[in-house]
Amino acid sequence: MPTTIESKFALSVPSSTKNLALVRDFVNKVAAQAGFGETELIKLELAIDEACTNVIKHAYGYDTTREVTIRAIFDDEELRLQVIDNGLGFDPDAVREEDLKQLIVDRRSGGLGMQLMKLLMDDVHYEISPGQKNELVMIKKIPKK
Amino acid sequence: MPNPFSIDRTTQEDIIILSIEGYLDAHTAPKFEETIQSEIDKNNVKIIVECKNLTYISSAGLGVFMGFIEEIRDKEGDIKICGLDPKVKQIFDILHFETIYDILPDIQTTIIRFAECPVRKD
Repeated sequence: MPTTIESKFALSVPSSTKNLALVRDFVNKVAAQAGFGETELIKLELAIDEACTNVIKHAYGYDTTREVTIRAIFDDEELRLQVIDNGLGFDPDAVREEDLKQLIVDRRSGGLGMQLMKLLMDDVHYEISPGQKNELVMIKKIPKK
Repeated sequence: MPNPFSIDRTTQEDIIILSIEGYLDAHTAPKFEETIQSEIDKNNVKIIVECKNLTYISSAGLGVFMGFIEEIRDKEGDIKICGLDPKVKQIFDILHFETIYDILPDIQTTIIRFAECPVRKD
């Protein structure tokens, strides 16, 4: 049986929205190397942006002295993006899925980020160790050539 | 990056055309939000957002469109979107923005749409 070789990349940035472009660029470059095409790359950029924006806003409350770590790991089958922080965790099950019209009526654009991540990725889940670290894991299958 | 996001403002009669350039994420969305708010404050409620040079948008940017649309339509105006690059349009499509907003190819067709349908009520 052939051995699958994993390629692993990591980036840590201060928790500031000005670093979102850098994070998107990092994921774009790794995902391109993994074999994703142009139309998929923007979706992966969006998923990582939404995940990091949530950390910056909610886990760290815009405290720019904190750090967000992004790991990107791929093999022949899938790309796994991990977003790690040690801020305030939250209950992902508490995020309801709602349609756009309802979000507009309620003026709650904040609900969009999580919804987008779930729409864009094949799997999204949290691994939370209270008081230690929160890890969001997002997986996307690599299209077969 | 010196100018990740910029807005060019022109008018055509009572229609305000905001041509946006660069990327619209949680870092740059506040500037866009302030611009739309200042137009509403001046009672300029017929707004075209031309996105020909918009390279990227996240939920923070989409949230600006969403945050003002009810208020603008209550004032008998609308925000209509045009010129989306196909890559960026995918993001609007994922969330079915076309069910709420008029999305058109260019400024001219959007001006015509404003004449036909000043306020989208569905």
